[in-house]
Amino acid sequence: MTENIPVLIILLPLCSALLCLALTALGRNLGIIVVKLSCLASFVLSCFQLHMVVTGGTIHYAIGNYAPPFGIELVIDSLNAVLLVCFSLIGFLTMIFAENFADKKRPMLVGGACAETALLITGLLGMTSTGDVFNLYVFLEITSLSAYCLISLGGSRGVVSAFRYMLVGTIAATLYLLGIGVLYSVTGTLNMGDMREILSAGGNERAMMTAMCFLVPAFGIKMALFPFHGWQPSAYTHAEPGSRPLITGVMGKVPAIAMFRFIFCIYGTEFGFVRSFLLIIGVFSVSGMLYGSLMAMGQTDIRKVLAYSSVAQIGYISLGFAIGTPVALAGAFLHMMGHAFMKGGLFFCTGAIRYKFGTTDINEFGRIYKKMPLTCGLLTIAALSMIGIPPTAGFFSKWYLALGAAQEHEWIYIAVLVISSLLNAVYFFRLIEKVFIRHSSELKDRWQSEALELPVSIIIPIVVCFAAILGIGLFNVKLVDILLMTLEGVGL
Amino acid sequence: MMTTINAYLAAKGIYMLTLVLLALGVAGIIVCNNYMKKLICMNVMQVAVIFFFLCLGQKYPATIPVALDSAVKASEYVNPLPHGLMLTAIVVSLGTTGVGLSLLLRIREKYGTIEEDDLIRREELMNRKAKNGGNRK
Repeated sequence: MTENIPVLIILLPLCSALLCLALTALGRNLGIIVVKLSCLASFVLSCFQLHMVVTGGTIHYAIGNYAPPFGIELVIDSLNAVLLVCFSLIGFLTMIFAENFADKKRPMLVGGACAETALLITGLLGMTSTGDVFNLYVFLEITSLSAYCLISLGGSRGVVSAFRYMLVGTIAATLYLLGIGVLYSVTGTLNMGDMREILSAGGNERAMMTAMCFLVPAFGIKMALFPFHGWQPSAYTHAEPGSRPLITGVMGKVPAIAMFRFIFCIYGTEFGFVRSFLLIIGVFSVSGMLYGSLMAMGQTDIRKVLAYSSVAQIGYISLGFAIGTPVALAGAFLHMMGHAFMKGGLFFCTGAIRYKFGTTDINEFGRIYKKMPLTCGLLTIAALSMIGIPPTAGFFSKWYLALGAAQEHEWIYIAVLVISSLLNAVYFFRLIEKVFIRHSSELKDRWQSEALELPVSIIIPIVVCFAAILGIGLFNVKLVDILLMTLEGVGL
Repeated sequence: MMTTINAYLAAKGIYMLTLVLLALGVAGIIVCNNYMKKLICMNVMQVAVIFFFLCLGQKYPATIPVALDSAVKASEYVNPLPHGLMLTAIVVSLGTTGVGLSLLLRIREKYGTIEEDDLIRREELMNRKAKNGGNRK
């Protein structure tokens, strides 16, 4: 039983997604309950798997017992294992959060949205754990298709943003296929480990460079790296409110992991042009960090502020790749985890405020801390973490990034890191000022209860995100040790 | 001179045609104003990649990958793997087209048009209305 855990983590949400609509037709809430239970089960299993990986080393799982390189392989190293725990946790939290935004009169629509979210979780977990480049493409498409549907559920603006995202996302998928086609033509394999062995024999520099020219924009579009981010702000703003934390928190990070796999695990640092590509990614991320923060300062809708700030935050992650030392890579992955909870948490707060007061305009947030103390607590801690104030997760990831940059003598990167953090401070302190100091505006309370500020299913995600942001910060040494188990061998 | 060009085209010509098809698809997505046309161009682009993979799997002289008595060596069969991969890619492109068409139906339902410039004008109108509504409060 325990040896099948890697595939069960992916299969459980997939099966529940396929069953969800049929079960919803049988009984109103049956489908949603099954999906929630399967997401919880895959979170518990991924925790157990993390324990197995830390004590027993990397897990290689051959799907259907077809031996790799001919069959599809799942490879769970310490890096994947930690990220799977984070992503499945956010997936589960989003599932319980989403029910508050469901239209109770249309159960089939609710069941459908629930199935789409479960498919999105399947795709994200699959992309994280796969060790086969074509399988990665299939999971990438599962992720994208369910994301298009979820974004289109967010009203009439959502439909248009979803269509635009679909056109751009399909270009990315096509570029990815071309890239792996070029690599397949010179190696004859699709397995990542096998490809690495054949490519490291040398002699394929030109084909590798061509493939990388396709792969960098492909992943760049999917993770909304700076010059390819055009689809992202409107898609994040108009997505279906229930599933927005998952879309904004996790969807941009997973292609970044795939990019890391291609650059450092398949190509390796002995690839002749690796420094040039890292420089290009570095330029993209530096411009993205400045552009995203500057654009976020000009917005008044909190969803738009957070969407533009994501452009900047993805820049931090790819900056870690661009620096390329194990410490900087650990910083990038720590930021990936931390930011998943920060951005997810901020969108949980946005959703909670919208649920209670029906507004997303920052200027109307006057003194809501009196009415929603828990939500504003998370809002504050997540904002402080975004700026990078100890002891939150954001401080430590930026610390490791700066440490890595200093080791490589990349002073420009450190300077931009500091400037971007200061710009973050400008718009997040503006948000904190509105929430705590500004005169209260007349907001109509849509959800009244004596005991609690919000329904329990919104409070649970908020409390967990609060704990996770502080936990990742306080136990960062432990986490970085686990990450370095894999990263030691692969950096520059 | 002619023979070198012929040999070059015989070896690489098909890849160039594929590249032209790909470029046409991408250019169409960028240039076209009508969303339906954009969707068709997206399909053209996906077909280009399918051609690319099929060309990789092709060789001459070789036969289809079905076990025959006359052919025993691997070199006598074309590589079936790219075809298998493209079967998956075709299914994915079918799914994408389906989602795209249903999104277009919804856009048409909500905005009454699928021309991009009309759509942008209508969105701006909606923005302005929302702003005025906010001021009146």
